[in-house]
Amino acid sequence: MQRTLYDKLWDSHIVEQQEDGNCLIYIDRQIIHEVTSPQAFEGLANAGRSLAQPAAMLAVPDHNVPTGPDRATAINAEDSQIQLDTLEKNCETFGVDYIPMMDVRQGIVHIVGPEQGFTLPGMTIVCGDSHTSTHGAFGALAFGIGTSEVEHVMATQTLILKRQKNMRIDVDGTLGQGVSAKDIALAIIGEIGTAGGTGHVIEFTGSAIRSLSMEGRMTLCNMSIEAGARSGIIAPDQVTFDYVMGRPQSPKGAGFEQAVSYWKTLPTDDGATYDKEIFLKAEDIIPQVTWGTSPQDVLPITGSVPSANGDAGIERALDYMGLEPGQKLQDVKIDRVFVGSCTNGRIEDVRAVADVVKGRKVADHVTAWVVPGSGLVKAQAEDEGLDQILIDAGFDWREPGCSMCLAMNADKLGPQERCASTSNRNFEGRQGPKGRTHLMSPAMAAAAAITGHLTDVREL
Amino acid sequence: MDKFIRLSAVAAPLPMSNIDTDMIIPQQFLKTIKRTGLGLGKHAFTNIRYHDDGTERADFVLNQPAYRAAEILVTGENFGCGSSREHAPWALKDFGIKCIIAPSFADIFYGNCFKNGLLPIILPQDTIDLLMDDAGRGANAIITVDLEKQEISGPDGGVVSFEIDPYRRHCLLNGLDDIGLTLQKKDVIKDYEAKTRLSQPWLFKD
Ligand code: SF4
Repeated sequence: MQRTLYDKLWDSHIVEQQEDGNCLIYIDRQIIHEVTSPQAFEGLANAGRSLAQPAAMLAVPDHNVPTGPDRATAINAEDSQIQLDTLEKNCETFGVDYIPMMDVRQGIVHIVGPEQGFTLPGMTIVCGDSHTSTHGAFGALAFGIGTSEVEHVMATQTLILKRQKNMRIDVDGTLGQGVSAKDIALAIIGEIGTAGGTGHVIEFTGSAIRSLSMEGRMTLCNMSIEAGARSGIIAPDQVTFDYVMGRPQSPKGAGFEQAVSYWKTLPTDDGATYDKEIFLKAEDIIPQVTWGTSPQDVLPITGSVPSANGDAGIERALDYMGLEPGQKLQDVKIDRVFVGSCTNGRIEDVRAVADVVKGRKVADHVTAWVVPGSGLVKAQAEDEGLDQILIDAGFDWREPGCSMCLAMNADKLGPQERCASTSNRNFEGRQGPKGRTHLMSPAMAAAAAITGHLTDVREL
Repeated sequence: MDKFIRLSAVAAPLPMSNIDTDMIIPQQFLKTIKRTGLGLGKHAFTNIRYHDDGTERADFVLNQPAYRAAEILVTGENFGCGSSREHAPWALKDFGIKCIIAPSFADIFYGNCFKNGLLPIILPQDTIDLLMDDAGRGANAIITVDLEKQEISGPDGGVVSFEIDPYRRHCLLNGLDDIGLTLQKKDVIKDYEAKTRLSQPWLFKD
């Protein structure tokens, strides 16, 4: 029978099939961070259990770490420090590979895993974080789990799961200038809604997807969860193998060749069928921005703020965002710019911003930040001289971490502050109590930084 | 884990769609290293439950006298979307909610509920509309959820049945910790590992 990529990933990880349709699924890798792991370690210790496969784990702090220059001494919140210390202590006690905050490899879990070659095609990968879907860009089955499941994987290296349905989103054609993977992701969510992928694993196919770099593919898979799908996947190809080759933890020499020949068997068979299919044309996608408080509240930058027409949800969103129906999106003035997060904190994203702002200046009333997703991204950007371009333009160039993607560390929006953000969620209060978030691509955020209002980067 | 067998309680109507995990428990309350005794319940729904000065908003359903003791939540589609944080079910549970009834749930949140003795029930929108009406009658309308029979009975005696995964039902009814159950399958897991070590040796680092 013809099988999809997802079918193959699923089938190859079945430890045991139960009568009721649930399966015991083997988990190859687990990444942990300081927020969702302490309770799992605590549960493990209380039950007198140990880790099934410590070598299959990697730990890195990201949500709470300060991103200012004096980060070693900057954590002024005691509870943040406790979470960070607890992670370190647990890793020591249980023998887990741990990347400390001051290590150059430190960064956001979903950026570090791929960089280290911890993430490989064909694997099952979990993390107590919904954006684990990012790793699906490698043709791995990767999804976020809750803390109880984190503990289940720690103790057994498995999870009890039900097979999801297959969904295919095909984007064919060539992306226009100024249009990126983030715009594809937002356009898809605008099309299918935040629950459009619920119960499904989304496989992204089509020539526009194939021509994305690994960075772009990660951005797209990262946002699958915003479309309701726990996992988004892209079949591995030469682009994937080239990225993986030579990474610290990826197989070497003959082992690599053996792995590649296995990975080449993973793509969906001709004639395999999906439960749901969506087709988009790359040429139809123009730069996107969100106007509301859900990622599905998204429009092309050429659009205007919608009117509520009695819809209480829209009314509430407009009120929260401080927007008037009919207002042109391009007229919306911003206060802050945040480039970073596991969605858009990679080298390509920093390059895209530098490209737009080179020789220009950030608008006077705007505070603009670039927060690299990892120490390695930061080092590479500095090697390429991108940091200087950004600093010259008036950007703050910061230390790696989740930063202002979620208001859990010192980096936050103030009440009513409006931010052009490359992160993934514009929920109420996500970037700080009463803060207002507009999601967009790095190039679009860069354009907004320069003009001080939402801007079509293609016209800059 | 707490068992869930049968529950008769006040149901609170919360007719909003896409209630996300940030709304259920904002990120500033995630800085804990414990699972219990967190008092997360008083922070549940912070942004829609309290004014900026910390006083209660009278228009929020769980602040109303009739619903302060609600143990069932009847709500809109895609409940629990967003983050994987298990703090969301912890906060609801700490508040006293034991059962959530909605037309659909986000996948991760749905799974997290079962691990914490909370029962999420999916029903078609028209049934939800009826239950929403029932819930609207406040403390006068007790709804009974029977997991054993897979039935919900309304205050007027109407009964609707619901579907649920048999394994999850079994674990909830008996308060079973599924880690313990899985550990009984150690040998099958070891066999799988031994087989995979041969076919995909690069997956194993030790
Ligand atoms: S960058 Fe944002 S979305 Fe990504 S892991 Fe950190 S907090 Fe979560």
